[in-house]
Amino acid sequence: MTQAQIQETANFPVRIDEPGARKWRDYFTFNTDHKVIGIQYLVTSFIFYCIGGVLADLVRTELRTPEVDFVSPEVYNSLFTLHATIMIFLWIVPAGAGFANYLIPLMIGAKDMAFPRLNAVAFWMIPVGGLLLVASLAVGDAPDAGWTSYPPLSLVTGQVGEGIWIMSVLLLGTSSILGAINFLVTLIKMRTPGMGVHQMPLFCWAMFATSALVLMSTPVLAAGLILLAFDLLAGTTFFNPTGGGDPVVYQHMFWFYSHPAVYIMILPFFGAISEIIPIHSRKPIFGYKAIAYSSLAISFLGLIVWAHHMFTSGIPGWLRMFFMITTMIIAVPTGIKIFSWLATMWGGKIQLNSAMLFAIGFVGTFVIGGISGVMLAAVPFDIHVHDTYFVVAHLHYVLFGGSVLGIFAAIYHWFPKMTGRMFNEFWGKVHFALTIVGLNMTFLPMHKLGMMGMNRRVAQYDPKFTLLNEICTYGAYILAVSTFPFIINAIWSWMYGEKAGNNPWRALTLEWMTTSPPAIENFDGFPVLATGPYDYGLERANEGVPLSDPNPLLSAGPNSVLRADPDEPYPTIESDLEQRVSGNKD
Amino acid sequence: MKIPSSIWTLLIGIVLTLASLWYGQNHGLLPTAASDEAVLVDGLFNSMMTVSVGIFLIVEGVLIYSVFKYRRRAGDNEDGPPVEGNVPLEILWTAIPAIIVIGISVYSFDVYNEIGGFDPHAVHEAPINQSSMNMPGAAFAQRAGTALAATLTDTPPSTAPNLNQEKSDEAMQDPATAAVRNADQIPQLRNAPGVGSVAPTLGSSPDKAGQPASLAVNVTGLQYAWIFTYPETGITTGELHVPIGREVQINMTANDVIHAFWVPEFRLKQDAIPGRQSEIRFTPNKVGDYALICAELCGPYHGAMRSQVVVESQENFDKWMQKQLVASHETLNQAVAVNPANLTPDEFLAPYTKEMGIQPEILHQVHK
Ligand code: HEM
Ligand SMILES: [Cu+2]
Ligand SMILES: [Cu+2]
Repeated sequence: MTQAQIQETANFPVRIDEPGARKWRDYFTFNTDHKVIGIQYLVTSFIFYCIGGVLADLVRTELRTPEVDFVSPEVYNSLFTLHATIMIFLWIVPAGAGFANYLIPLMIGAKDMAFPRLNAVAFWMIPVGGLLLVASLAVGDAPDAGWTSYPPLSLVTGQVGEGIWIMSVLLLGTSSILGAINFLVTLIKMRTPGMGVHQMPLFCWAMFATSALVLMSTPVLAAGLILLAFDLLAGTTFFNPTGGGDPVVYQHMFWFYSHPAVYIMILPFFGAISEIIPIHSRKPIFGYKAIAYSSLAISFLGLIVWAHHMFTSGIPGWLRMFFMITTMIIAVPTGIKIFSWLATMWGGKIQLNSAMLFAIGFVGTFVIGGISGVMLAAVPFDIHVHDTYFVVAHLHYVLFGGSVLGIFAAIYHWFPKMTGRMFNEFWGKVHFALTIVGLNMTFLPMHKLGMMGMNRRVAQYDPKFTLLNEICTYGAYILAVSTFPFIINAIWSWMYGEKAGNNPWRALTLEWMTTSPPAIENFDGFPVLATGPYDYGLERANEGVPLSDPNPLLSAGPNSVLRADPDEPYPTIESDLEQRVSGNKD
Repeated sequence: MKIPSSIWTLLIGIVLTLASLWYGQNHGLLPTAASDEAVLVDGLFNSMMTVSVGIFLIVEGVLIYSVFKYRRRAGDNEDGPPVEGNVPLEILWTAIPAIIVIGISVYSFDVYNEIGGFDPHAVHEAPINQSSMNMPGAAFAQRAGTALAATLTDTPPSTAPNLNQEKSDEAMQDPATAAVRNADQIPQLRNAPGVGSVAPTLGSSPDKAGQPASLAVNVTGLQYAWIFTYPETGITTGELHVPIGREVQINMTANDVIHAFWVPEFRLKQDAIPGRQSEIRFTPNKVGDYALICAELCGPYHGAMRSQVVVESQENFDKWMQKQLVASHETLNQAVAVNPANLTPDEFLAPYTKEMGIQPEILHQVHK
């Protein structure tokens, strides 16, 4: 460097001690770069997915036979309680937040989230809350009142375990509230000039709807849990009937959050799927506005359906009808999304890579969960199958088929952006095939089990259900096996995979208009929108980006906001500085 | 010869409709329908299944068709046609699901009404008559009343009747029920959200509105057993026997945690909640033995909390009742002589355990 350059460097406000990952160790620090935090979220939640998955297979192993012969009934109850809590609060919800963290600033052309430190705080609550929960296994008093933790049962099982459960869920809930505030402010305030709300990618719309929902519902859960903690630890009787408390009030408070929670879990992946399908079908998304506003509609309706979880407990007749109708109506905006995705694929040029396969699997499986959801909304039928394996089947078709397949689709899709390398397609397809087979084998028979009379949360059952349960159990083992190709592939590809280039999918959303992986602070200045996010096949798109170029470098056109050489994936501090200095000069 | 696409559409439509109609009737997914209510619920389910199969086949069909038909050929780097929307189409696929769910809602509403979901008498029962308070068991009721008064001193006085309390008192007039329920330990809720206090029910179907059910059975759920008491005869059993063709009313509550009363063959389920009285009515219409299952997680032995429902002819029912009367006389005397509140639950339950098919060790284990 020349003297002048050094001079300039000194004056340039680079936050050298600040965020970004240059070494793997940076991922274990209180980093404030949204990309680091995003990956921290994703990796952490995936680790919990593995733990939750092991618990699920233990549950299924017990259920292979009708007798209680593998674990004691007490341990069995802890297993499914922890399985569900981990899967929901430590896998799906944080994974959604992980993608949002990684993608939102890139998609809207911002340098970071609105509150980077808050962002890091929100993340670090997750491992703390998660370890707390898992530690309850070690102290030998794991929570065992189900993830719903209904009093009075939760008040008479182990106090320590239940206390830990409440603490941990409160922490995780706080984390998601902090995250939601950050996403909302970032989406509202930090879009690059020229990006109106209707130029926002649909994932951003989905996260907007999700965050609004989080902010409205999570505090109610927190309140419920705090009152429950009082009952448990201080002997109050908010919910404890022996002192005149009402256990059904807890159910209202719990479901006021936990029903919206399923939309909190699924909306982000509705968003992700709306990104993935048009790109890999090479067509504009069909009905952009319909999809965008249906997210908001789902978010709003999601707040007024909670009592459909309580049709058999304690709500009056007319109220059951009200909740039946609101629940049914949610099927409409959900249907709009599904039909729009189908129409996007129709007539396209579908590239069947792993990301697209998982996206198609998502649509195909979610439909089954959605249909059984409408059936459950019908009160007379719900009265029959409530709290049975039919519900377990339904919720896994939604959460596994919906959210988990969505997460995998998103990982395959954005992996090149995050790591600068391509996933191995062959093993991705193996992963997909095993997952789809395992998923349907595990959960499809459960519909019949529930209708025929198998209640959920039981370690022993009527021997006439043995055969179907065996099928489910072997399906669950296939699911367990299916993660190995993924894990190995992810690690291997991250280290040695083929170089991805900046925009391997020839996509049009802004996150692809920077290097892979993106440099710290993402873009130089404000990126300019040359096209809409989904203008595939349109003339104006082809002006901006050489779409038909099989190996585009995206160097030309108004979207050339590149700030580094695509072949240099991890910008060092020096190159970063040099970039800025030379960029500053002209 | 090339077949025009409209003919294809028509053919596919007919095949889809036939397949859905067939599967909707022949899915074999539900157990025997053994009550009048079950028949109605099954009708609803079968129609939902028909519609669902149709939607399922259309969506999956389009998905799979697109994957094969519109697959990108190697070397083709073009984009697809830039179709961004189609307003009539979007209106159509918003309207169709909307109509379907409205249809299902209306049908559900109707079935719900038929099985007694709106029975107004369920919540506005006549108040109990004073003389019955002198019957055995009233002592418990009165104590429960005192306990309630103590907990309610802080809330503004209300003149509205406490329906849960009334229902509880009514049930406690039966000494056998009083012996089983620990209503003196759990105050009855004054106001549950919504209507009155009795947890919602499935009451009598509209054609029988206003008439009392022809047989009432009090049911108490406790970890991990169902105890049935027959107020008319004062017997206590661990098995529910009901005569065929008569409307049965189950009055239930729970002694400790929430349980749920579920007989899959009747398609009925209702939570039994401590501090609340809930009831359901049904009319069994097929002779047989059915499982009664607890459907709400109630502790480690939740899976073991099951019992039998025996639907039999009036004649057999009377015989069974006669036998029980003789057998239970002694246990009843015992139970009334010793204040059950002074017994540990497993001591109290001991006489019934054999009948309920529960090992005494389990009971002991769970009620330590
Ligand atoms: C890896 C494959 C999975 C298997 C084999 C599996 C298996 C099971 C089983 C057998 C139950 C019922 C436990 C019982 O009622 O006794 C259950 C419950 C549950 N699972 Fe999963 N599961 C899997 C993945 C997931 C995922 C990805 C989620 C995502 C949220 C999830 C969420 C839940 C929830 C919420 C419950 C309800 C627990 C309850 O009844 O309290 N599961 N799972
Ligand atoms: Cu129970
Ligand atoms: Cu139970």
